[in-house]
Amino acid sequence: MSTTAQKKINTAQAINFALHDAMELDRSVVVLGEDIADDQGGGVFKCTAGLSAKYGTGRVKSTPIAEQAIVGAAVGGALAGLRPVAEIMLMNFTTVAMDQIVNHAAKLRFMTGGQTHVPLVIRTTTGAGFGTGGQHADYLEAWFAHTAGLKVVAPATPADAYGLLLSCIFDDDPCIFIENLPLYFQPGDAPVRGERIPLGKAKVVQEGSDITLVSYSRTLHEVVAAAKGLAKEGISAEVIDLRSIAPLDFDTVRASAAKTGRVVVAHEAQVDFGVGAEIAARLHKDLFGTLKAPVARVGAARSPVPFSKPLETAFVPTRERILAAIRETLD
Amino acid sequence: MSDTHQPSKETLLEIYRIATLIKQADDRFIELIKAGQIASPYYSPRGQELIPAAISVNLKPSDYVVTTYRGIHDQLAKGIPLKPFVAELLGRATGTCKGKGGPMHITHVASGLPVTTGIVGAGLPIANGLAWAAQLNGTDQVTVVNFGDGASNIGAFHEALNLAAVWKLPVIFVCQNNRYAEHTHYSLGTGAATIADRAIGYGIPGVEVDGNDAVQMWRAARDAVARARAGEGPTLIEANTFRFRGHLLGDDSHYIPKEEMAEAVAADPVPRMRAWLIGQGHASDSQLAAIEAANVAAFEEAVEFGLASPYPDVSELDKDVVAEGAHA
Ligand SMILES: Cc1ncc(C[n+]2csc(CCOP(=O)(O)OP(=O)(O)O)c2C)c(N)n1
Ligand SMILES: [Mg+2]
Repeated sequence: MSTTAQKKINTAQAINFALHDAMELDRSVVVLGEDIADDQGGGVFKCTAGLSAKYGTGRVKSTPIAEQAIVGAAVGGALAGLRPVAEIMLMNFTTVAMDQIVNHAAKLRFMTGGQTHVPLVIRTTTGAGFGTGGQHADYLEAWFAHTAGLKVVAPATPADAYGLLLSCIFDDDPCIFIENLPLYFQPGDAPVRGERIPLGKAKVVQEGSDITLVSYSRTLHEVVAAAKGLAKEGISAEVIDLRSIAPLDFDTVRASAAKTGRVVVAHEAQVDFGVGAEIAARLHKDLFGTLKAPVARVGAARSPVPFSKPLETAFVPTRERILAAIRETLD
Repeated sequence: MSDTHQPSKETLLEIYRIATLIKQADDRFIELIKAGQIASPYYSPRGQELIPAAISVNLKPSDYVVTTYRGIHDQLAKGIPLKPFVAELLGRATGTCKGKGGPMHITHVASGLPVTTGIVGAGLPIANGLAWAAQLNGTDQVTVVNFGDGASNIGAFHEALNLAAVWKLPVIFVCQNNRYAEHTHYSLGTGAATIADRAIGYGIPGVEVDGNDAVQMWRAARDAVARARAGEGPTLIEANTFRFRGHLLGDDSHYIPKEEMAEAVAADPVPRMRAWLIGQGHASDSQLAAIEAANVAAFEEAVEFGLASPYPDVSELDKDVVAEGAHA
């Protein structure tokens, strides 16, 4: 391991490094979004700091508040050979650009019979916990994963954010890259610069034999904490970080489930019609006779993100709720 | 031909009362946030008080006001009751939205505040629907929708202005141009020299006013309201102003040149109006001091009410998602 790997950085810095490294490596990488240039502070969360100073405002463009125009320009740029990385400040604002994302970015390769492709990345962030209420904290990954043609990636650590973002940027299809607000500031091991993490490969964070816990993004950290607690009781949990939601590394999930026979899927998005449902359905199809308990799902309540603190706290999948689902599955 | 029509003395004092109530609310909220009582981003309207104050005296209680995350000035001007208003900011069960909406989304239907959005530009198309309903029902209700300079660059603005023009809707588009959208100066995000200029492209009147001048603002609102009530259609008002406390609390406004900020603060519209009222003989110092003291007292009562109110029960998460009795 190189010495840089021992250093700690946070996810905002990791993303910044990935953008710098990609822009340095390939002139076709361009970045656009609201307030992202250095004159506007280098992004609300500083993920794009230093890019415009280094690569110029031709390749690094602050935009008006116009998500449809941002993603549209990314689609057009991608069709013409650029590798645009569009920042949509918060995941809820992708809704304003859904036509460009769903009807165009996702489908043009297919609809043109492979004549064109759209190598763009939409970086966006979300997550409850800051009292922003109903329009600023949704996890919408299932919508995107439900759309053929889109890749959906949601890192949980700084090093993964770095390596996965590089892969997304150099992938030839559109990727939705989901960051998490609270995780921006949480330190973790620094990545090895230049090293990409393949899309569609889950990571077994911790091996175990009694139960499989599947998660991604911030909820992964709650799951890991829950698993630590279980270990003290002699329960051995295998923890899987999906990293990519689409494509889904189902082989890794299936192999673990075949071993443990018990699975809990936890994510911050609401449970109904979510990623957990997809995993449960696939597991029940492949391992119907082998599973020792039905696949359990933990996620947000089926409500808009509430403002009031006690409601917001109850809304997200807390460690306690994850533990309760685990115990029920182990029973 | 310049408009010399003056608001009455009573109207001027009402504008001042509202403006100082907004200022009082803003100061007090910031204290509450710093004391850890409100856990939310806060988008201060300090500096923009006179815009809604001068509009609201032209409105009826039944008229609608649509606003944004930066909206407490618009809500107070529309007459939202103070106790449930403060309670909502504190996330309490007694808040206007039972604590579910929060500071960015304060609504109060009974006060004519049916939607407050955190999505830039989203209020304009919705305002058209409110105005359409009034048109269909033959009420004389007017809908005022507030938004920022930055919002005039999103598709929703353009679609909404055109639709309102075609349908001749009783709607007033109020762009509170505070020169910045987050950290982006007007000139970097907007191609048009003025936002009012854009109206011509949609065939509606576009009026640019000094939003920090109560009388000018009052006149522009008066004309737009009269036009809307008479069924003559929408107006775009660009009210020039400035925000003193950054995009949100904690923003140090590093992207605003020091001189620009200093000049704007020196022209703070609320004390300026105070001096003007006294200078013109509309009010005495002690009269205005009495208005201010009454605001403080009323507001403190609301804060006490809010702080003493319970938080919503967790069971509230399942309620109001869809109609009671239906399955979410
Ligand atoms: C569709 C959308 N994009 C981005 C944002 C993030 N955002 C919130 S406020 C804001 C700036 C708005 O500026 P302006 O319209 O001038 O209003 P002001 O905040 O100055 O009152 C931005 C970009 C958002 N809320 N909605
Ligand atoms: Mg603005």
